[in-house]
Amino acid sequence: MAHVAVMEPPVAAEHGAGVYNEKLGMWIFLGSEVMFFTALIGSYIILRFGAPGEWARPGVVLNVPITAFNTFLLICSSVSMVKAYAAVVDGDQQKLKLWLLLTILAGASFVGVQVYEYTHLVHRGFLPSGIREGSELAELVAQGTIPEATASIYGSTFYIMTGFHGFHVTCGVVSMIWVYLKALRGGYSATDYRGVEVIGLYWHFVDLVWIILFTIVYLV
Amino acid sequence: MDDLAHRKQHPNYLLIWAYLFILTIVEVAVAFLSHIPRNLLLLALVFLAVWKAGLVALFFMHLKFESNRLRILAAAPLPLALILVLAVITEFRW
Repeated sequence: MAHVAVMEPPVAAEHGAGVYNEKLGMWIFLGSEVMFFTALIGSYIILRFGAPGEWARPGVVLNVPITAFNTFLLICSSVSMVKAYAAVVDGDQQKLKLWLLLTILAGASFVGVQVYEYTHLVHRGFLPSGIREGSELAELVAQGTIPEATASIYGSTFYIMTGFHGFHVTCGVVSMIWVYLKALRGGYSATDYRGVEVIGLYWHFVDLVWIILFTIVYLV
Repeated sequence: MDDLAHRKQHPNYLLIWAYLFILTIVEVAVAFLSHIPRNLLLLALVFLAVWKAGLVALFFMHLKFESNRLRILAAAPLPLALILVLAVITEFRW
């Protein structure tokens, strides 16, 4: 009979952070995500403040009102997410499903508005490589409203940072749909709501990153 | 069912939402006040963003109610992120 050797720990397993494995794993993952976005933001800082000239003023190239609305959408989705968590903790299945669905809709709307924003910006001539010749924004470059020297790094840093964030929101929406389908089958209860709490942590983190990005990309 | 009988007292999430909403409006308003000196504007905007991020982390991610061990774990990358950004700034400031 085959003998399978099992590694025995030298001491008994400890409680560690005092949370279940999935939650601990998500927090560690979020720690790595902090460094991921810091690398992008750090690159942006050096490119922006080390650039040989000013960048376009807020609102000249980017559409601040529509992005402020998108920020509002994401904040609302964070509230609906945390309400879903509160509902499952209280054992309220109907509210759990309702709040999860609202979170999915708000998250998907955020991505939709971002796609609209990108389409509009590209149409006006704002590309990852800079300002397109002959476009509406190229005229502003000619007038000196948009500094020519920094236009291309402005485009590349903008699309990299907001694009990666949008990708995170998309991943969150897809994961949330999975959690929602499980909730429809009654997969969560007041005694086991791990999936809802863990996807919630990810979702709030994505909201938190957007709060920082909105300020440094759109308002500064 | 004892656990359900002693339901968790949830924070007032709608109040946090209201804070975030108002702070976002203040942020946008501050950003377009052109007579504020640039450095002060930058400081004010970063302060407001950190305030909002703190509210999300403390109340929506429940760090305010977690154990100290988990809080330390969650805060661990922050000094590293700060070091990275400061190191990058030295590239062109000093």
